Amino acid sequence: MSTMREALSKPILQNNPIALQILGICSALAVTSSLKVTLVMCISVTLVTACSSFAVSLIRKQIPSSIRIIVQMVIIASLVIVVDQLLKAYAFAISKQLSVFVGLIITNCIVMGRAEGYAMKNPPLASFVDGIGNGLGYSVVLMSIAVVRELLGSGKLFGYEILPLITDGGWYVPNGLLLLPPSAFFLIGIFIWVLRSAKPDQVEKEEFKITKNTRSVKEAF
Amino acid sequence: MEHYISLFVRSVFIENMALAFFLGMCTFLAISKKIQAAIGLGIAVIVVMALTVPVNSLIYNHLLREGALAWAGYPDVDLSFLGLLSYIGVIAAIVQIMEMVLDKYVPALYNALGVFLPLITVNCAIMGGSLFMVERDYGFADSVVYGAGAGTGWALAIVALAGIREKLKYSDVPEGLRGLGITFITVGLMSLGFMSFGGIDL
Repeated sequence: MSTMREALSKPILQNNPIALQILGICSALAVTSSLKVTLVMCISVTLVTACSSFAVSLIRKQIPSSIRIIVQMVIIASLVIVVDQLLKAYAFAISKQLSVFVGLIITNCIVMGRAEGYAMKNPPLASFVDGIGNGLGYSVVLMSIAVVRELLGSGKLFGYEILPLITDGGWYVPNGLLLLPPSAFFLIGIFIWVLRSAKPDQVEKEEFKITKNTRSVKEAF
Repeated sequence: MEHYISLFVRSVFIENMALAFFLGMCTFLAISKKIQAAIGLGIAVIVVMALTVPVNSLIYNHLLREGALAWAGYPDVDLSFLGLLSYIGVIAAIVQIMEMVLDKYVPALYNALGVFLPLITVNCAIMGGSLFMVERDYGFADSVVYGAGAGTGWALAIVALAGIREKLKYSDVPEGLRGLGITFITVGLMSLGFMSFGGIDL
């Protein structure tokens, strides 16, 4: 039981798929300018990761290792088609906003990485929980970025006004930069910085070290 | 002709796959430590994109799209929901075939690209190219130009980033920001630079 709990909670902070494993970043940056769209994206990714891990794990002993990537791809692609069709049927406006990024869940490395790295070696139920855990880890980063971007960029959360904008007679001057793509890079960079300052062991090892400057100031000039 | 040139320039600079749409980020960040490797991967991406986008365009327009099967006597069939599965299949197959062809006929290039070729299947820039082609309704000629252009844009971005990261080795970055953190901030600044192309309408 404890391994199950570990599989669920570990990816959220200790082994976060985005901050530590550098997986699934593409969508993390592109869809986070509005909270509602982000939430839909997070749910879709979590569901696809969990279900594909479960399915891959069920047939892990039957898959010949030489064609395993293609088998995993087919399972993932079928699940994404289901999600895509569901979104088109019940949340058409959001599916239009997400545009190609629903389809790109197929090539989201988190899904593939969990199928290959965990589900191929573990029983179905544990893989399912692991998928949910990694989906949640992904969601935590995405949601926190989306909150910052939407709140400071347009003064709203989920489309409801929080900070009254100066254009509508309020006091808040929106920071338009946060709605533009580059801000997502800065925010993730800062997120990683905060996370790694709290947990210094997550900093990757340097390939080489620069030696200290041994010359005195007087010598240098 | 002018139409194609403007489409090409737009897909390279204004709608840069990596810096404006964030596609192919995982490989973009992972394989940009050395310029040599970045150039190899960039070339592989250009070639694969210039092949897969047109092929997927043919498949979409002649097999999947609503009414596309009229030539076979099924004018009401709409198979567009099978799109995702067929695009990824085509990409995986083309990468595989390219690997075998290169191994047989151009072993020098095959050895140079080696590890990067199989990685390309899961590069979202490739898949994204095909999906954008469908969404924007490009014809066959358009898709050839778009595929080559988008690939070139991505290659340009990764080579530029690798160059910056090689220089960055000598700088004194704050403790927690080292490695991945500073790379993100660098890419953010590059993306800001590329946004200056944004107002250009060709």
